[in-house]
Amino acid sequence: MTEAEIVAVLVHEGDVIREDAPLLEVETDKAQVEIPSPMGGRVEKIHVEPGQTVKVGAPLVTFADGAAEQGAATSPGRSTTAARAAAAPTRAPAAPPPAVAPPAVRAEGPAAATPATRRLARELSVDLKAVRGTGPGGRVLDEDVRAAASGPRGAAAPATAAARAATPAGPARPLAAVGADTPPLPRFEQWGPVERAPLSHLRRTIAERMTLSATLIPHVSHFDRADITDLDAIITRNLEAARVKGVTLTLTSFLLKAAALALLRHPTFNASLDPGAGEMVLKRYYNLGVAVATERGLIVPVLREIDRKPVLEIARELAALAQRVRDGKATLDDLRGGTFTITNIGALGGTAAIPIINYPEVAILAVARARQEAVVRQGQIVPRLMLPLTLTFDHRIADGADGARFASEIVQLLEAPERLLWE
Amino acid sequence: MVMGDLVDEVEVAVLGGGPGGYSAAFRCAELGLETVVIDAAQRLGGACLFEGCIPSKALLHVAAVLNEAERAKEFGVDFGEPRITLDPLRKWKQERVVGKLARGLASVAKAKGVEVIGGRGVFEDSSTLRIEVGETLRKVRFKHAIVATGSRPSGLPGLTRESERIMDSTAALELPDIPERLLVIGGGYIGLELGTVYATLGSRVTMVEMTAELLPGVDRDLVQPLQRRVDKMFAAIHLGTKVATLHEVGSEVEAVLEGRGAERFDRVLVAVGRRAQSDGIGLEATRVRLTERGRFVQVDARCRTEDPRIYAVGDVTGEPLLAHRAMRQGKVAAEVLAGRPAAFDNVAIPAVVFTDPEIAWCGSSEAQAKDQGLTVKVAKFQWAASGRAATIGRSDGLTKLVADASSGRVLGVGIVGPGAGELIAEAALAVETAALIEDVAVTIHAHPTLSEGLMEAAEHLLGA
Repeated sequence: MTEAEIVAVLVHEGDVIREDAPLLEVETDKAQVEIPSPMGGRVEKIHVEPGQTVKVGAPLVTFADGAAEQGAATSPGRSTTAARAAAAPTRAPAAPPPAVAPPAVRAEGPAAATPATRRLARELSVDLKAVRGTGPGGRVLDEDVRAAASGPRGAAAPATAAARAATPAGPARPLAAVGADTPPLPRFEQWGPVERAPLSHLRRTIAERMTLSATLIPHVSHFDRADITDLDAIITRNLEAARVKGVTLTLTSFLLKAAALALLRHPTFNASLDPGAGEMVLKRYYNLGVAVATERGLIVPVLREIDRKPVLEIARELAALAQRVRDGKATLDDLRGGTFTITNIGALGGTAAIPIINYPEVAILAVARARQEAVVRQGQIVPRLMLPLTLTFDHRIADGADGARFASEIVQLLEAPERLLWE
Repeated sequence: MVMGDLVDEVEVAVLGGGPGGYSAAFRCAELGLETVVIDAAQRLGGACLFEGCIPSKALLHVAAVLNEAERAKEFGVDFGEPRITLDPLRKWKQERVVGKLARGLASVAKAKGVEVIGGRGVFEDSSTLRIEVGETLRKVRFKHAIVATGSRPSGLPGLTRESERIMDSTAALELPDIPERLLVIGGGYIGLELGTVYATLGSRVTMVEMTAELLPGVDRDLVQPLQRRVDKMFAAIHLGTKVATLHEVGSEVEAVLEGRGAERFDRVLVAVGRRAQSDGIGLEATRVRLTERGRFVQVDARCRTEDPRIYAVGDVTGEPLLAHRAMRQGKVAAEVLAGRPAAFDNVAIPAVVFTDPEIAWCGSSEAQAKDQGLTVKVAKFQWAASGRAATIGRSDGLTKLVADASSGRVLGVGIVGPGAGELIAEAALAVETAALIEDVAVTIHAHPTLSEGLMEAAEHLLGA
């Protein structure tokens, strides 16, 4: 870009304006953009008028206070550093903001990258045209795509899916670390006899992971109840038919399906926070963990691609998987790759439970025992089978309203079980 | 719903069993999606296998053998006059070529658990297909559908086509006889391929093309060697000429060519292009949108239509109407359905005209690259300098390489000469992977082969 046309001047001489206030509207060959003021102060002189074409480097506006420095248009295409500097709150020349800078020199023709690199770019939601290739002949390499995905490097900051999902996304940077060292324990022996037992490997793992999750993640819990009278009737009616097919129909299989369908519509609950990158990682697969109580302790095996499987298949897989876990025959792959977890403590009773998120997932759903309750329906008190649910989620990623909506989606699915059978 | 209707529920219903349809269905099945194909003829292969690419290439092979035998006289080998018996020729094409491939596709479908339902499929809404098989009615409820209904030959607007002597490409491939005088209307790839087949089999071929050139839109450098050959082979080529009327008169067809008067032929082949088969399948009952021009189904790079449940692939989605584009799109649609990050973002879609000599190209032509505002450098390697071309007595070929002047990236390649259709594969890989001319120039190409032409062209640019 070498020149731009001034469309409108939004300030008057003598105006006192703050930094970032709209200063000018200019039209380049790329776009019409509003230029914010790079500094606050009093406008002493305006050097341009609407309709005028200005060359890059020409003064636009002079500010009064301090040394009377001149604003000048710089070329964002050629020199983003200059454009960046211009936007910094110093006495620097006014310039189109870096946001309008054409990201790469290559404007026409297909992106120079191999099909495999292009696939990677899609996976990481990186716009290839905005990546400056470092390979021979400007070819975009896998490394370039990864670098673009993990944060801005120079002029070519890619728009990631996460950044697009949220409103204005600044540059990604690590979150501040939270340290929590275990304080020394008191000498318990001073109050009576004690015994020390070593932790099993599993117990140690659970302890470490729960500490990690509870320390790192600000947990919020949301409570709801689902009327599963109809769903329960369906399960009861079909128990025998399913058994003939060698499947034990359980509420948990329906819960898994309902959760997966709700996750499809609420992708933030199927994500992970990457504090190092300052990004949300939205997973496009729906692998749900199920908390299984074993004699040795809690294990969470993972069922894959729940969104694409019918309930009967989920029930079959769940039974087989739970058996493998209880037999101690689960493979590492059975336990990895989950995106969301369900824990059903109904068999053991309880009216509600607040689960801890299975790090690094974003949310976990706990259900307690379903009970017949007196419920008012159309002015009548009727007995309905009510299932208490608790959704615990990561407040860094989702807010209370999001959690309420997500939980409500699950409740609605459980209350209209035919939708679970159809999807 | 009427009692007794058969209703199937599937995850994916593919409408049309051509290359786009079966590629999509096979990939869906591989990715664990329950898939059925609905095909009017209850077979996989589509126009490509039964009335297009495959049978035409079988006949072109016959033509090539005849031409080679004729050429052999130059180096002292005379086979005598060929005698052509149509029955065994048709039988070979139909059973040994088409039939064999069709059985192969059917067994692949069986192995992958893809059911092929026979009947005309019509959308009732965005989740139901009605399938008409004679009197019985069957319905398929689907989670997703992939429209792959392809294309069919265009007719000549205003001209009757009721005579069996006026054939479209499908009828011409049946090889009803070898007409003494054949009029080919249309100088595109279909007219040229079938025109050369019939000319080699003994017909006197007259070709009429409405525009001023054969293979409109194709690089002239590539067309020229073919033009020289068909100028000799055909009785006449009338460019810039329209057909005013066609009438069957006794056992002949009288054609009136604008500005040339009436002429009589034994048969006429109408090869003026193909059109989308987007009508009559109930798309109006869905949210699928069609383009104004050509009535093609509008799709995005992920083969999604405006209807979230319905995808579309292949000829029905627009130019270029090529089986291999459809196959790639079919796989993309399947992977997108399965939640994978696939997209039809291919840079190079090779195109091949299977005439003698063959013409093939991929990526950007010199003209297209310049239209995109790119500064290009171009190398033309004449096969007169190729050892391999000399040994097969064919020095009329050319390999043309178009590269970006500043980066050296290979943007496009055009080849004319025997085997161009095979040679273009390397070029497609180069363009698709954004290879540089240096990459091509330093890759060792076997000697003596025609493939050296691309290396020579790249070396020339590297030195330039």
